[in-house]
Amino acid sequence: MKSNSLDKTLFDKVWQKHIVKSETHETPAILYIDIHLIHEVTSPQAFQMLREKKLKLRCPNQTFATMDHSTPTTKADTNGNYTFNGTAEKNQVEQLENNCKEFNVPIFELGNKKQGIVHVIGPELGITQPGKTIVCGDSHTSTHGAFGALAFGIGTSEVGFVFATQALPQRKPKTFGIEINGVLSKGTTAKDVILHIIQQIGIGGATGHVIEYFGSTITAMSMDERMTVCNMSIEAGARAGMIAPDETTFSYLEGKEYSPKGDDWEKAIDDWKCLKTDHDASFDQHIVIDAKTISPMITYGTNPQMGIKIEQTIPIKNEKQALQYMGFKENEVMLGKPVDVVFIGSCTNSRISDLRDAASIMQNKKIPHSVRCLIVPGSHHIKQQAEEEGLDKLFISAGAEWREPGCSMCLGMNGDIIQPGQICISTSNRNFEGRQGKGGRTLLASPLTAAAAAIAGKIIDPRSVLKQPEVAQ
Amino acid sequence: MIAFNTISSILSVINIDNIDTDQIIASDHLKTTSKEGLGQYLFSDWRYLADGTENSDFVLNDPKLNNSQIIVAGDNFGCGSSREHAPWALLDFGIRVVISSSMADIFSNNSVKNGLLTIQVSTDEHRYLLSKNGASIQVDLLEQVITCDSRTISFQIEPFAKYCLTNGFDQLDFLMEHLKDIEKYEVQL
Repeated sequence: MKSNSLDKTLFDKVWQKHIVKSETHETPAILYIDIHLIHEVTSPQAFQMLREKKLKLRCPNQTFATMDHSTPTTKADTNGNYTFNGTAEKNQVEQLENNCKEFNVPIFELGNKKQGIVHVIGPELGITQPGKTIVCGDSHTSTHGAFGALAFGIGTSEVGFVFATQALPQRKPKTFGIEINGVLSKGTTAKDVILHIIQQIGIGGATGHVIEYFGSTITAMSMDERMTVCNMSIEAGARAGMIAPDETTFSYLEGKEYSPKGDDWEKAIDDWKCLKTDHDASFDQHIVIDAKTISPMITYGTNPQMGIKIEQTIPIKNEKQALQYMGFKENEVMLGKPVDVVFIGSCTNSRISDLRDAASIMQNKKIPHSVRCLIVPGSHHIKQQAEEEGLDKLFISAGAEWREPGCSMCLGMNGDIIQPGQICISTSNRNFEGRQGKGGRTLLASPLTAAAAAIAGKIIDPRSVLKQPEVAQ
Repeated sequence: MIAFNTISSILSVINIDNIDTDQIIASDHLKTTSKEGLGQYLFSDWRYLADGTENSDFVLNDPKLNNSQIIVAGDNFGCGSSREHAPWALLDFGIRVVISSSMADIFSNNSVKNGLLTIQVSTDEHRYLLSKNGASIQVDLLEQVITCDSRTISFQIEPFAKYCLTNGFDQLDFLMEHLKDIEKYEVQL
């Protein structure tokens, strides 16, 4: 229950500012959309709708395109040509280029230094800003909420609606406050925090809600870590995840290409500082988590709520179909299980701090021949930064594959897949049946845990191999 | 979009919780740039065995349920990705109604825009329907009533979704009617 109608949550403030028309019993609200991010998979049919209805794309300067799902993670040849997994992937990418040309949409295409995973490049270019409404035909759009934006995934019909009108019909979601306080123990990362939350509230636990994450644990997090947390909000069913902007947010955004400059920057900071939940505002649901109760997590089943602390045994929960698919048994330990593939990447964990985490474990170590380890930076910018720090050489000398940016093995649309029966420790966000390749078995974990498994050839507790200092710079 | 009124069908039960959009249509089939012909890929990892032959154990492969237009599925149907290919595949396969005890937000939003009705029922009603594989079922959207065997179940639906479904109304037209309001909003930014 709201204690006082004048006290508002962060979500309420952003929502209200974007209402073109209020909702009634009969009709939803019309919500204005500031930024529309698009990619090759969920946009072609929306462009086609514009053509069929002879409509213009209303605000091309508020629309940004990139390609990430179907793109190869291997380098272009000397003529700049890429080898696609197949003609369908190539066609999809070419169609995006043609569509963007036809409708004047700015595009960060393959080979462009700004290309990368849509949820990685939005923030790093400063397109993602506090207080904005941001949509994309991709459920992990929740990532951008780490900046105090209201960001959510939409379907292709809605992509078309935003093309044509820059607005969406929306019913107001409920709010869910998740407060986490305290210092995370060594080896416990933002990924473990969000896997812990999903395990606690369940895969549908936040359906119909927008989550706001707050508390001292969240405040202490870097932007990379906050993005990892908000990214997986959808894995608890949430419409969006948000974190109030603060000095960490402002210093991340300062000087970014699309960030406000000069006087506009000062004014923006003043506005952004108001974007926080008022003291007496309340949420429709509210839980409090003690950071001390969180430790490195791993999933054992076929959705992200099926997670345990890495040293625990698989619970007795009547998850028969999931365990049958995974080939695991109740009461079994996860530690010691051999792994075939390690994937470090995706919009959840492909940022520079994730790569540094992995590098801190792999430094001067060798990956056994039985393990394939794929490391895919989230963007060209991150790739370049990692290479300047020598991380590429470190990974390659450990025996890992260092790839070009993209979604890659998170969903295997580009041909980066695992084989039937293989076990893959993955820093991505979904362990659904067949997600990384038909018959493949995915275990979700942090970059530290994934890197530790790569070196050991089996699941181990990352805390047992952590060096001091924890993160190589 | 076809206007939705009353559908009578044989009921197919897929009693699995948290059926995600990767199961409804795997990412391998998202490489299309069209909305058409996706029914062949619906639940493909469950409908077909590794050698490509039909899995006779999967409910939708039962010849008796061949023309089923109504599915009741386990809790939290449609979780995961925002791919609208999921409702496109269900509709192309011939499914017009999905019933569950809860439904993922984006999946529901996508469904209504394509004329696929998603219905949420109580846990008790859900349990009843899950036991009725192969039964005759009727869904009357105007009256908001499901009739299955002798039992009548009324359901709630968001009024705008009902209006769009029963009239075959495209939500884009609703937005286009308010373009002036959108322009006015932009001016005060």
